[in-house]
Amino acid sequence: MNYTQPVVETSPKVSDEIRKTTCYMCACRCGINVHMKDGKVAYIEGNKDHPVNKGVLCAKGSAGIMQVNAPSRLKAPLKRVGERGSGEFEEISWDEALEIASTRLAKVRADDPSKLAFFTGRDQSQSFTSFWAQGYGTPNYAAHGGFCSVNMAAAGIYTMGGAFWEFGQPDWDHTKMFMLFGVAEDHDSNPIKMGLGKLKKRGAKVVGVNPIRTGYNAIADEWVGITPGTDGLFITALIHELMKAGKIDLHYLAQYTNAPVLLDRDPNSDSYGLFLRDKDNKPLVIDRNTGKKVAFDKKGIKPDLNGSIRKAGISHTTVFHKMAETYMAPEHDAANVAERCGVPEETIRRLAAELAHVAFEQEISLPIEWTDFRGEKHSEMIGRPVSFHAMRGISAHANGFQTCRALHILQIILGSVEVPGGFRMKPPYPKSAEIHPKPHYGYQAGKPLDGPHLGFTHGPEDLALKDDGTPARIDKAFTWENPMSSHGLMHMVISNAHAGDPYKIDTLFMYMANMSWNSSMNTGGVMKMLTDKDENGDYVIPNIIYSDAYSSEMVAYADLVLPDATYLERHDCISLLDRPICEADGAADAIRWPVIEPDRDVRGFQSVLCDLGARLGLPNFTNDDGSQKFADYADYIVNHERKPGIGPLAGFRGDGDEFGRGDVNPDQLDKYIENGGFAISHIDEGASYYKPWNMAYQEWAVDTGLFDAPSPYLFQLYVEPMRKFQLAAEGHGERQPPEHLRERIREGMNPLPVWNNSTDENYPIHALTQRPMAMYHSWGTQNAWLRQIHGVNPLYVPTKIWEANGFADGDWAKVTSPHGEITVPVAHQAALNENTIWTWNAIGKRKGAWALDENAPEAKKGFLLNHLIHELMPAKGDGMRWANSDPITGQAAWFDLKVAIEKVDAPDQVQPNIPAQKSPVGKGPKNLTWKVGS
Amino acid sequence: MHPAPSVILFSVLSGLGFGMLAWLGFGEPGVTGMSAFIFFFVAYALAVGGLLSATFHLGNPKNALKSFSQWRTSWLSREGCCAVAALLVMGIYAIGAIFLETHWVFVGIIGAILSIVTVFTTSMIYGQLKTVPRWNHWTTPPLFLSLSIFGGALMTGQIKVAMVGFIVVGLIQIAAWLMGDKQFATRGSSMETATGLGDIGKVRMFEPPHTGTNYLLKEMVYVIGRKHAMKLRVIAILLMVVIPVLMIWMGAHHDIKAVIAVLSHIVGVFASRWLFFAEAEHVVGLYYGKRG
Amino acid sequence: MTALPAKSDVKLGLVIDLDTCVGCHACVVSCKGWNTENYGAPLSDQDAYGENPSGTFLNRVHSFEVQPEQGAAQTIHFPKSCLHCEDAPCVTVCPTGASYKRAEDGIVLVNEDACIGCGLCAWACPYGARELDQAAGVMKKCTLCVDRIYNENLPEEDREPACVRTCPAGARHFGDLGDENSDVSQLVKERGGMDLMPELGTKPVNKYLPPRPKDTGNEIDILAPLLAPVATETTGFLGWLDRTLEKL
Repeated sequence: MNYTQPVVETSPKVSDEIRKTTCYMCACRCGINVHMKDGKVAYIEGNKDHPVNKGVLCAKGSAGIMQVNAPSRLKAPLKRVGERGSGEFEEISWDEALEIASTRLAKVRADDPSKLAFFTGRDQSQSFTSFWAQGYGTPNYAAHGGFCSVNMAAAGIYTMGGAFWEFGQPDWDHTKMFMLFGVAEDHDSNPIKMGLGKLKKRGAKVVGVNPIRTGYNAIADEWVGITPGTDGLFITALIHELMKAGKIDLHYLAQYTNAPVLLDRDPNSDSYGLFLRDKDNKPLVIDRNTGKKVAFDKKGIKPDLNGSIRKAGISHTTVFHKMAETYMAPEHDAANVAERCGVPEETIRRLAAELAHVAFEQEISLPIEWTDFRGEKHSEMIGRPVSFHAMRGISAHANGFQTCRALHILQIILGSVEVPGGFRMKPPYPKSAEIHPKPHYGYQAGKPLDGPHLGFTHGPEDLALKDDGTPARIDKAFTWENPMSSHGLMHMVISNAHAGDPYKIDTLFMYMANMSWNSSMNTGGVMKMLTDKDENGDYVIPNIIYSDAYSSEMVAYADLVLPDATYLERHDCISLLDRPICEADGAADAIRWPVIEPDRDVRGFQSVLCDLGARLGLPNFTNDDGSQKFADYADYIVNHERKPGIGPLAGFRGDGDEFGRGDVNPDQLDKYIENGGFAISHIDEGASYYKPWNMAYQEWAVDTGLFDAPSPYLFQLYVEPMRKFQLAAEGHGERQPPEHLRERIREGMNPLPVWNNSTDENYPIHALTQRPMAMYHSWGTQNAWLRQIHGVNPLYVPTKIWEANGFADGDWAKVTSPHGEITVPVAHQAALNENTIWTWNAIGKRKGAWALDENAPEAKKGFLLNHLIHELMPAKGDGMRWANSDPITGQAAWFDLKVAIEKVDAPDQVQPNIPAQKSPVGKGPKNLTWKVGS
Repeated sequence: MHPAPSVILFSVLSGLGFGMLAWLGFGEPGVTGMSAFIFFFVAYALAVGGLLSATFHLGNPKNALKSFSQWRTSWLSREGCCAVAALLVMGIYAIGAIFLETHWVFVGIIGAILSIVTVFTTSMIYGQLKTVPRWNHWTTPPLFLSLSIFGGALMTGQIKVAMVGFIVVGLIQIAAWLMGDKQFATRGSSMETATGLGDIGKVRMFEPPHTGTNYLLKEMVYVIGRKHAMKLRVIAILLMVVIPVLMIWMGAHHDIKAVIAVLSHIVGVFASRWLFFAEAEHVVGLYYGKRG
Repeated sequence: MTALPAKSDVKLGLVIDLDTCVGCHACVVSCKGWNTENYGAPLSDQDAYGENPSGTFLNRVHSFEVQPEQGAAQTIHFPKSCLHCEDAPCVTVCPTGASYKRAEDGIVLVNEDACIGCGLCAWACPYGARELDQAAGVMKKCTLCVDRIYNENLPEEDREPACVRTCPAGARHFGDLGDENSDVSQLVKERGGMDLMPELGTKPVNKYLPPRPKDTGNEIDILAPLLAPVATETTGFLGWLDRTLEKL
């Protein structure tokens, strides 16, 4: 019998056209090819030429088609007609909406611009929104970094001028041992997956330090199931073991860090603990060649790690001395931390030994010549092929800043930062904390702010305090409560505004921030604050304007809703001025452009700000004749210049072939579109490592417009600004902390990181959340494809607790914290720290939100841990509101949650169950058979 | 396996129908005329009704005619071919018996054999599936065949045969259950072999690939409680075997006892067939941490 | 034609690396997207925004825990789609000839024009690789992107299945497992690629690379001694430091 089979068309037409833009299904900013058929989006895949993702794309990115077609998309501006929170709105015109907004905002600006709190959530246009807020003149602006991972950013920048986040990457091509701390699936996710793939291909060792063995930790060759919040202790034990064994990179420490810088060691001195400086204010070191003290950057010196000097009766020794005293102490011995960390002593010692072995016995060298900032020429680039990464997991604790700092100290003593095989920064980093802006908060009625809102404080003089010592900002950023809160504290805004602490506001203006749900601690409390009325029957927070593309939980709490366009319907720039898409080997930025036109009466939020800015007469948004300066966001992207020759986009400037610096090019966006939506300028090989000290890199950075002048610096193992805050708390200087904060500053602002417990000892179990890789916050749920993957989120319980409670599949539990209780479904996980329970983040939804059926599993079985976490610590009886945040940076301490758990009878739905909000967009269709082409 | 009503209805009714046709083809009872019409009507109603109900199980019945084409490899195609052949041949035989008062013995025997083969092909649709160890066992064809033949005997008034036959059915059924209970383990498929991870250790499901349901779970992963199943087994045996045998032994013949015997048997077969599906565990359940 | 073709030399398939898969579901959704828009009926979703959403997917990622005798449990992410078996039981059971295995490359396909949606092929498949689309009523399964891998309208580098192209970690490999010199065959050889449920005799073409041994923690013992202290106290340490710095 002859075998016959049907003929298959193996070369069907794929699409009419490919439009290349940038994904916005999470914060990764991957390049995507949007395949169009009949003018509609047919298929989305990764862009192979793109520096971020090189063709790959995650589940969310591929599901973008279900996001641009989601029934939850808002359709027109909305004016609230029911009570706040009810979701009852009427659709109004843009004219009316803009009239309402501009009338209100104009009045506030004329009276007191600080009465506007303008906070943006998962905004990827922060350099623009902050520019608008500066023009408006309110000191109250920030994005969501405060409740996300400011600890990671700030600790990295203060310590080494760059952070993990997506601002750097392990040298995936050379590293031989990679150690990953905590949940890190939430940022830079495709690049990390690609990097892990490279390591796996080479068989390099991956160590996962995480209470939970999922995701990246599932493929780790070794899993260290650490107890939450003890990473800092574990890391300082590694530092202890390495120092004790002398397995540290002395040359690197002497040449590139402040380890040899001389410190005032006299407890009676006014400058106790500060650096010895010369008259140019440069920190001093002892040169081993001469034995003399010299400025740290003097040509040809050999800074002495073991230097000491007596000057004016005050003894000075090096930072390294102080480090030895601190970390050699027996409290850091593996034996003394093992139990607390839940990691056996032998494992800590072995891991230290492995790190040392790989760093020093498997040293690599690349034959690349380079010249350092002291003029010394090097014939090769030595590499220590151990690398580290961490993100939310170690950040979101009240001890997160110091934990992140400890991790950086670990990688610095191993000599593995900015070297082959180690951790590499991406432009605009490395960049010393000292050349970042300082916070600005000077406001006047009817005037712009005196500078950018956010920045880095270097001592009490930089705090955002009014003359009477009270906080200038509504979120109390840059105050004694959290002096180094570089990203602000968005999670405190509603709570503070409601409490009138430090003051009341008139209008809360937010963008893309689901503050009445998964983006807030104490979700139920926040809902109440947003709906609370005063004795006159007026809302305590009088006006709320909110912009979002989708019918989120927060929409229901707005008085005015400005509907945003989806990511395929809008312009955006992923700019070197805020959070670009660079690689370690190049500077890159990207755009989004409307690959489809909105089919609804919606406008990109940034374009709306251009309009509002002109209506309000903000000087940076109006021409001299008072007319609107930027027609829309695209106009701003092309024509705005932050400094002469430097604008939001670095690529295709001037006549189209200049990168970084160059005149405005009216065809710039077309050039980006032609180039696949991005631009990149590669770094020469000679500038590729040792960047903070490599003059070839420093010059490239100046040419590219990242700096105005070469700015080499030392890694700050010892962060002197922290010592300045401590000194103030010890009674020095004009600005000193209020009495109730003195001790906390003294204890907490240790300039060399040591661990302190940040969790409640009275509750036995740690409770965490992780973000599933196929979901981004609340956005994924409205996506018909993704919600099938993660439609409910059980509470995962380790074997010990599972058995102790006699749990079985299908059981439910009541989980109690000092703040509240929830009743939720449980599931068993063996590969889990025995004192930890956890769930997926932001799967639970409020009924009526996101155009879902009110009986959706997300609403009946999905839940938030947020109900258990308060934005304030339990009251101490002193009348003070103590934020549940890192006392240094204000980072929301999500992961300090401790709970108790008990088995209960299964209810018909999770508790608490918030009543439904009315959907302003109706419900989604029943069934989908999606196919746009014929 | 999901006990889909359409498939249960089909296999029970068509089994009985073809069982009746087989007996009629063999000339038992050798009725003619109106009496033959009634017998053939009932047999055809059961067989054809069953086949029709099976089409409700199809997602896309418009291509149904194509299903006669793959008789070389497919038991389902063979079943279709045999069923049509049996119905046609027995139709000729029925015409003779009803209208011509004559029994074409040769045609009848062919038709009878085709009817039995049809039931055999039905049984092999299930019996061939290695993926369902309980079905993939020598007891499956005897169970279907014995139910069909002796159910047919009852329906065609061969009550003595039926009485003895039902005892055989009961024994086969009990054997099928008892051996079936061990089949999954005997075949050796486990989460360890399904995932290939057995060399590392004991495997359990951590997270399913989707938090809701899907076709696979609805169709092939049906979990029935042990106690529930045991109760149903007792009921099935009582109704399908014990009560009809008792009725016949008590002398059922064109009376209420006969009606009870028939109805009891049919309801019992439904229970048995429901269990046949509900207790059958598909190996795909292993990927969901479920045997079932 | 539901008879299996005479053995072909080309056996296209996937090699899935369980040591590398992080369980991100990228392959799942990329597959859904491509196959909704391409070969045959779209992959539909029922109750898409409702109480009980479900839909047709041709590739799904399971997650398992494995408990070794010693040490911590391991989490394994486990993508699963059609394995394009050499002895594909789903093909031979098909009554209409809709289910077939291509002679030239071994890909198992469903000809939707001939499918009656009886579901028997899905019953015959041990791996759950086939799902009956509830809107179209026809059986859907992985086509190994037969409309990509030979597609002359795609750049050559894109002529691979959508799931392979999109996989961020590089845990999925596509190639000819009939050619022992192919990259995929070499990978299978080096890493001990395995079959799923070999006891059923389906002879899958797709192979799974097992996870490498984990939590062994003894590499260092072979390579070097554990850290020997140069000093246990600060003063001793600073002495060591001075001596060492002299040598630098």
